Parts: sequence; structure tokens; C-alpha cells
Amino acid sequence: MSTLPASTSTHSPLRWAVSDVLTIARRNLMTIVRIPTQMVFLIIQPIMFVILFRYVFGGVIKVPGNSYVNYLIPGILVQTTIFGSVGTAIGLAEDLQKGLIERFRALPMARLAVLAGRTVSDLFRNVLVLVIITGVGFLVGFRPGGGLVSYLQASLLMLIFAYCLSWGFAFIGLSAPNSEAAQAMTFPVIFPLTFASAIFVPVTSMPSWLQPFAINQPVSQTAIAVRGLMLGTAHGQSTWIALAWSFGAILVLAPLAVNRYRKTA
Amino acid sequence: MAGFDVVKQPNQVRRHIGLAGQNATVDENLTGFENLRMVGLLNHLNKAYVVAKSRQLLEDFGLSDAAHRTATTYSGGMRRRLDLAAALVANPPILFLDEPTTGLDPQSRQDLWSIIEHLVEGGTTVLLTTQYLDEADRLAKQLVVLDHGKIIAEGTSAQLKTQMGTTVLALSFASTDDALRAKPLLADLSTHSANIEGTVIELTVEDGPKITADALRRIDAAAISLNGLALREPSLDDVFLNLTGHKAEDTLMGDGAPEDRHGRKARA
Repeated sequence: MSTLPASTSTHSPLRWAVSDVLTIARRNLMTIVRIPTQMVFLIIQPIMFVILFRYVFGGVIKVPGNSYVNYLIPGILVQTTIFGSVGTAIGLAEDLQKGLIERFRALPMARLAVLAGRTVSDLFRNVLVLVIITGVGFLVGFRPGGGLVSYLQASLLMLIFAYCLSWGFAFIGLSAPNSEAAQAMTFPVIFPLTFASAIFVPVTSMPSWLQPFAINQPVSQTAIAVRGLMLGTAHGQSTWIALAWSFGAILVLAPLAVNRYRKTA
Repeated sequence: MAGFDVVKQPNQVRRHIGLAGQNATVDENLTGFENLRMVGLLNHLNKAYVVAKSRQLLEDFGLSDAAHRTATTYSGGMRRRLDLAAALVANPPILFLDEPTTGLDPQSRQDLWSIIEHLVEGGTTVLLTTQYLDEADRLAKQLVVLDHGKIIAEGTSAQLKTQMGTTVLALSFASTDDALRAKPLLADLSTHSANIEGTVIELTVEDGPKITADALRRIDAAAISLNGLALREPSLDDVFLNLTGHKAEDTLMGDGAPEDRHGRKARA
């Protein structure tokens, strides 16, 4: 049956690990292309949020010192990447459910490539989201005043935060019995983080008991830093606070996810 | 395994084994070709080889036409073949098959059987677990019978069959009542207990012709009417029944553990 020479290439383990991560990431990204509803969800949902807040709620929301659309778009960027991370949880739960992780475990691939590949594909998807929302934002009147370099810095900050958070969603996905449960389990996490936050409205408009949480939680801090850089109104420390949250998050969440992965299946 | 320590050299072991099972673990959102390529790359084989090997396997397994369709469009048999193909991308010398034909239609089953036979001819060691004893009989050189997690017999199919007695005498009666009446008369003729199912009594006997004559005399003397009789070689089902006192399927239903009985096929 086989006349082909079996040829194992001789790369270093690290190079193979990178190759494994990219192979898995590519496979995850193919899902978006193959399942039209995922594509629609990815593109349509953020556009809906932009339109909803810009034109439906935006008329009554007043923000100090800037137009609401300028306030809104950086927030929507952060919100969308968090919503998108739910895909990490669902995808991993599905792979577990269907036995694909079992197959991966029987292969001589890098152990952690399944998780790293998932978070890396999330990262690619977030870059796409960033481009789409920036484009839609400009169409509805978004005019960031911070300059291109600051815009790119803000984008990078947002991507780092989303990447770190992905590990938490990976943990949820590996802990869930199936993909529906995974989706349900992410809800109590993302709902307070995105809505009790400085993403859509200034925290000062919220009841006083909610304000301490709403202003200090990591999503708000990241949204404030991203907005500050994009609009050119950044306070010196906000970027560093956001970065500290990101690295703090990955330091806690990645070991949790890895540990869960080792114990699962 | 394959000369490597499973604890100390897990990746060396992984490089030498292939795994395919009853839950065909293919990525439904990828095409057949993409599935094989992914597994090949994760096996750390070079790209040109992976592409060539994937095409060849798809052709060998009759999946060429479906190579560029996503696996969501595949039938159960096609998925099973793709799953097996994925296990073979890296040419593993040892292949583990976990109930490879469970739930397949007869044609797909035959197809998989000939693929497996072909692999064994090519020098692959196959370890397969199955609940179908005819499958074990056909494919396995060396069998291990498990019941409730314990090994209860081991050997070639021929050895197991000889071990239990040479012949099965099947007597068919006009009614269940007749069969029930005849059973106590015949019990001592068999080296093992007589097995009754509906109107048919099956006896495992050492000396077929002599016992047959005895049985007929006794049935005649009791004025029970006989519909028919047959002498046949024992099947592995008979072996299992004889060893455990219950049928293979009963075990499966009983504790829900499909790995309960294993037919093992190992190349010497």
C-alpha cells in the first residue's frame, strides 16, 4: 500500500511546538470559514452593537468632553473581543465532547498546542474584529484624535488583554460537560464584566454601590486605557494598569487552564 | 511498546502507534484531505510527504471523490474510514482499533474488514477490541476474551474452539414446551450445560454422531416430536457462552461496558 518514504523532519522541539500551535490555530479558523453562522455572528454582531448604541441609545447618553460615538467605539472593541472569547470555551468543549482531544493526545505533538492554538486563533479573529469595527466606526462618525501610533498601541493593548482572557475561557470550556453548558457558563462571567463597566456609559451614571466594582474591574480599566490612547486623552498610568491586569490574568488563568487540560480526558 | 518505555518515552511511543475507534474522531468542519493533513503535520512529518500520503490514503479508502468535501457530509462508514486513514498517515507499526465496525452497515463493515486485513498483510500489528465475535474470528490471529474486565481465555480462534468440545448439536422442536420437556432428558449428554433458546436446544458435544443417536433415542422414547437437527462447528459465540454462561450481548447490556470482551489480533 505504501511506497512513500516515511519522513520525519528534524526540527527542534520548540520549532515543532510553534508549528503545532499554528496547525491547530489554522484548523480552528477554518471553522469560522466553514460555518456561515459563525462568520455572520463574528461580523454582524459588533455592527449591530455599534448601530444600537450609536443611533438607538446614543441620543440620551451624554459623556463629558467628547462625542458619544468616540466614547463608544473603543468600548465596543473591547466588548466584542470578550464576547468572541466565548468561542474559545465552546470550541474546546466541543472538541472534548467529540473526542478530538483524545485523538490529539495520541499524537506526538506538543502537549499544550491544543490550548495555545485555540488562544492564538482567537487572537487572529480579534485582529479581524478590530479592522471591521474600526471601519464601521469611521462610517458612523468615529474620529479618534490620538493619532495612528496611539491607535495601534491601543489596538495592541486590547489584543493583549483579550489574549490573556482567552485562557480563562479555555478553562471554562474544559470544565464544561458540553458546548451548550460552556456557553451558559461564560454568561455569568461576561455579563457583569461587559455591562457593569465603562464600555458603553461612564461609570459615574451608575448607582453608587455599583461604581467601585464598575470602575475598578479589569474590563473597565482596559476600556479606559484603550479609549484614552485612541482619543488622545490618556492619563499616564491607565495603560500600565491595563497591562498589569492582563499579565495578572494570564498568570492565574493559564495555569488553571493547563492544569484542567492535563486532568481532562 | 515498540521497544520504547511508555512512561519515559511517551512521544516515541506516540510516533509508533495509530488510534481509531467507534467514535470516529474526525473534525467535521474540515474536509477529508484537511483532516489527514492536520494529523500528518501534528505527527511532525514533512509537508510534501503528508500531502502525498493523504491523497494516497483517500484513494485507497475510496474517499477520493469526497476528499474536498467537509466531513459533515460524510456517511457513518465514510467517517470510520477517514478516521482509520487518519490513524495511518504516519505509517504506525502498531494500530489500536476500538470497536471499528460498531454501528456500521454490513457493506461498510466488509469494506473496513478488507482494509484491516490488507494492513495486517502489509506488516502492521493490529490490536482490536470488538463485541462482534464473528469479527474477532475473521480478523484475529490471537484472541483474548474478557468478561467483566477479567481475561477468561486466550489463544487462537481454533484453539479456543477445540478447547470447548468439537461439535454443536442443534435440535429444533415443534414448540417451546417440547423443547423444555426435552432439555432435562438431554442435559447429561453435553460436556457443558445445554442451552435452550425458544424451540431450539443446543448441546456442545465431544462425539457428534454417537451423541446425536443417543439424543434421538431419548426424544423418541419420550414421544416428543422433533422438527429438525443440525451438527455444526462451534462459533466463537459458543465459546464465549461456554466460558461465561451468558451471551456476549448480555454482558454488554448488563454493565454497559463495551470493552468487556476483546478480540485481540496480534501479528507474531
